[in-house]
Amino acid sequence: MERNHFHRQLALTRQSLFDQGFLDEQFIQLEELQDDANPNFVEEVVTLYYRDSARLIHNIEQELEKSNLDFNKLDSYMHQFKGSSSSIGAKKVKAECSLFREYCRTGNGEGCMRSFQQLKKEYSTLKKKLEAYFQVEQVGQVHPPHSKLKSFVV
Amino acid sequence: MSRNSVASMRWRSEMIDDMILSLSGDQDDVHVLAVDDSLVDRKVIERLLKISSCKVTAVDSGIRALEFLGLDGEKRTSGDGLDSLKVDLIITDYCMPEMTGYELLKKIKQSSTFREIPVVIMSSENIMARIDRCLEEGAEDFIVKPVKLSDVKRIRDYMATRDIRARKDEEGSNFNKREVTP
Repeated sequence: MERNHFHRQLALTRQSLFDQGFLDEQFIQLEELQDDANPNFVEEVVTLYYRDSARLIHNIEQELEKSNLDFNKLDSYMHQFKGSSSSIGAKKVKAECSLFREYCRTGNGEGCMRSFQQLKKEYSTLKKKLEAYFQVEQVGQVHPPHSKLKSFVV
Repeated sequence: MSRNSVASMRWRSEMIDDMILSLSGDQDDVHVLAVDDSLVDRKVIERLLKISSCKVTAVDSGIRALEFLGLDGEKRTSGDGLDSLKVDLIITDYCMPEMTGYELLKKIKQSSTFREIPVVIMSSENIMARIDRCLEEGAEDFIVKPVKLSDVKRIRDYMATRDIRARKDEEGSNFNKREVTP
């Protein structure tokens, strides 16, 4: 009884990430790539994403500190950032990336800086939420629910 | 892509079932060379391909892809080692530094050894002109990122039916010669 309650809670937590717009269907695509042989694929990809994009964030920060902004360079960094954010289904982060790129397109330095601050907030909020989710999910993997078929791709 | 859904519609279920039966031993043999400068995307495409019963070699640039194929002009003492790593399909990102996926596509199509290998382009940008240009240059398909399992399945089905289609075309051209009305 407790075990099923736990899994219901986990499912609700997961659903809220979608309902609140943090994640989109690409995250579900990644989940579909998990199976018994690769039970932590999503977490691995997300971990890789955060590690890899830290470098991009640093580069963008450095660029934004310059007096003459190189919008082409900034756009190029953001293109990469948007790409990998899109690949993990990071919906809000991806939207901020698009906004930033719009500001690059119009050469709006102020807009870029504002948008980047917002982006970093979304980025770290998502990180916390996903970290918490994966931690709880791990518990669920060790103690699977009764008679529930875990769907996986064979 | 409508172009490809027409193609895959032509090879309806019975055809595919027949072919899968006859190729059941070979299902694992499709070797895909995946090219993408993004670490995250490489990990994802690799998994998508593996889960679709493909062997995968993932590289991070067009230059490395050419090296792998032996197209980089480097002299090799015994290139035969690479023959065992025969590539059946190349899937490449469009936007990459130094060499774009389009440039890689052109180099492959210019090579007598490798021009028959189907090349699929992936891009986060859904730009008609870009898609047209790639298809004109001989790309087999164009996938808008993020790549989904259904995209890979479509490619996998294409690869599986490729041999049958070649045989059918041969028979078909004989058939059409009889049928043709001016």
